[in-house]
Amino acid sequence: MRRVRSITPHVYGWLLLTPAAILLIAFTHYPTVATLVQSVFSKGTAIRPSAFVGLNNYRLLLEDTVFWKVLWNNVLFGIGTIPTSIALAILMAVWVNGKLPARALTRLAFFTPTILPMVAVANIWLFFYTPEIGLLDQIGRVFGFASHNWLGDPDTVLWCIVVMTVWKEAGFFMIFYLAALQSLPPELEEAGRLEGASRWYYFRRVAFPLLMPTTLFVSINAVINSFKLVDQLFILTKGGPDNASSLLLYYIYEVAFSFLDVPYAATLTMVLLSALAIIAVGQFVFMDKRIHYR
Amino acid sequence: MTWSIRTAFVGLAVAGALVLAPFSGAMAVELTMYYPVAVGGPLTKTVDGLVADFQKENPDIKVNAIYAGNYNDARIKALAALKSGQPAQLSVMFSIDIYELIEQDAIVAFDDIVTTDEDRAWLDKFFPSLMENGRTANKTWGIPFQRSTIVMYYNKDAFRDAGLDPNQPPATWDELVTMGQKLTKKQGNNVERWGVMIPSTGYPYWMFGALTMQNDQVLMNGDGNKTNFDAPATVEALSYWLDLGQKHSVMPSGTIEWGTLRQNFLEQKTAMMWHSTGNLTAVKKNAKFDFGVAMLPAKKRRGTPTGGGNFYIFKDSTDEEKQAALKLIKFLTQPERTAEWSIKTGYIGTRPDAYETPALLSYVKEFPPAAVARDQLEFATAELSTYQTGRVRKLLDDAIQAALTGSKSPKDALSGAQSEADRLLRSYR
Repeated sequence: MRRVRSITPHVYGWLLLTPAAILLIAFTHYPTVATLVQSVFSKGTAIRPSAFVGLNNYRLLLEDTVFWKVLWNNVLFGIGTIPTSIALAILMAVWVNGKLPARALTRLAFFTPTILPMVAVANIWLFFYTPEIGLLDQIGRVFGFASHNWLGDPDTVLWCIVVMTVWKEAGFFMIFYLAALQSLPPELEEAGRLEGASRWYYFRRVAFPLLMPTTLFVSINAVINSFKLVDQLFILTKGGPDNASSLLLYYIYEVAFSFLDVPYAATLTMVLLSALAIIAVGQFVFMDKRIHYR
Repeated sequence: MTWSIRTAFVGLAVAGALVLAPFSGAMAVELTMYYPVAVGGPLTKTVDGLVADFQKENPDIKVNAIYAGNYNDARIKALAALKSGQPAQLSVMFSIDIYELIEQDAIVAFDDIVTTDEDRAWLDKFFPSLMENGRTANKTWGIPFQRSTIVMYYNKDAFRDAGLDPNQPPATWDELVTMGQKLTKKQGNNVERWGVMIPSTGYPYWMFGALTMQNDQVLMNGDGNKTNFDAPATVEALSYWLDLGQKHSVMPSGTIEWGTLRQNFLEQKTAMMWHSTGNLTAVKKNAKFDFGVAMLPAKKRRGTPTGGGNFYIFKDSTDEEKQAALKLIKFLTQPERTAEWSIKTGYIGTRPDAYETPALLSYVKEFPPAAVARDQLEFATAELSTYQTGRVRKLLDDAIQAALTGSKSPKDALSGAQSEADRLLRSYR
């Protein structure tokens, strides 16, 4: 009897872990290792079977101009989407947290873009951006602007996608800020008002620092999304013109499923994984110091 | 506890085996066929109907026709099935996948499975230009099924409005420019209606294949291991495309979106558009103006690439299955079936005698645009297809877009693409 009791917690522990462990290993750790392994082999065909090539795929990567282009695009895309969507999310959250008529409706309006599927959204925005018949050009015409080929111009195409992504994402982040704002004790604001703090001063010195844990969470999500969200490219531009709007993940898709070059796609995936890992670790280490957890 | 987990696994394995078991045997021959759908409309129903007709005539052959998404999805699914050891016996796939499939050793040539003289004659029953993408190394690997070309749609009302004869669409590059200039309508700074639009996203290489053919230049050789991207005639074709926007101002500059072009045409924002014959039914249904369909104009000659899907038979199947697959393909490409397929889908009838069937004869009479694509086949050429076809195609796509958006000159863009393509294809020569 005693023996059984001493074993049981142990077994229970492992049993409770098993489902999660199986899922994690099968869908996260094994694919990661398999990707790493594939990235050091060459593409196999019936005529030339796959062979170990060491770091050759990584050398090709360094010479690949398209890779550097999409990586740079991804950096610009991140700079364009992350701060903007977070700032917009805070602004919207503060606004709908206050007293205003039809508050539920306003909240819903801000949240709607999040509910819509990306592919549907991209199809709508495709027609916004279309020259001549698009919404953007029709509004521009009222003010006398000449028509512009928004998605056909390498200088504007990436920013068009940034704007659409911010529109899509900000509402989602707003929800987190709204929840965080509502958990702030109202005494703080009352005390601030008694001390004669302006609303801006209260926000800057009290509310915003208290929102930092949410900001960390949201910014990590925003960073991941800036690498993860490429659905819109399939509809809007297919990465064009001349890769001006292509992002890393979309390029990986092209290499894997259009070029059927799995090892090179694995190499690109390793780059993506390491970039994300480094950024995430950096965010935890760097931002943790500035965060006030209550 | 460990013991019970082990039993659970064994149980699962047994259950799996039991589920899979009935699939072996049972019928005399069972065929699995993947097919993609790349245009609108209830095509899956049409395919199911054709397959049901086949099974009625051949009760000993069971056909599972599986819809597999677009061309890309179909290729991925078929190759994945092949690797997993549960292969399909035949599939409809992109005609330009031929080299990839040969390199993967996935398909057999039809020459190696046809046995009778009648079958050999059948291989020559199709339009020769539709066979170009299915033939290499003196063998036939693909049989044309859902095939299309590029045609020029034009707005007859706009032609009348500009004082042009609505029954005389431009027949040459020069006429396209001069008529385009008359058709381009400006109001202040804004263009109310453009002369012509040629889409340059999605499939730029395909549109470009038409322009180069019109300049009497093909984009690649028949062995799929050499491209002609930097040939003077190719550069000239790209310069003309660029000039339509920059110099002659009959087309917007920058790239033109494939997906929204039809809407532009339907809203009369462009008087002419180059697009796939696959749009014919949709334009016919939605155009609120009088429209016409014409062959693409000529520089040195007329020209268009073909496009679409071919039948392939997979190597990893028994001889019996290969013969059954051949039977199915022959059935689906009979003149009457081809005519039915063409009328229901808008795809080209793949063989001349299909156009002599009563069904297609009366359809063409009632709707003459349906015959334009057929008449143009005489001038058609293969769609760009080489070894490493995805990469090579993207090189050309990027070069075209770089030139059209002004970031590179046509010559620089194309010679860059050519040297990259040479690097990729050298080992196949």
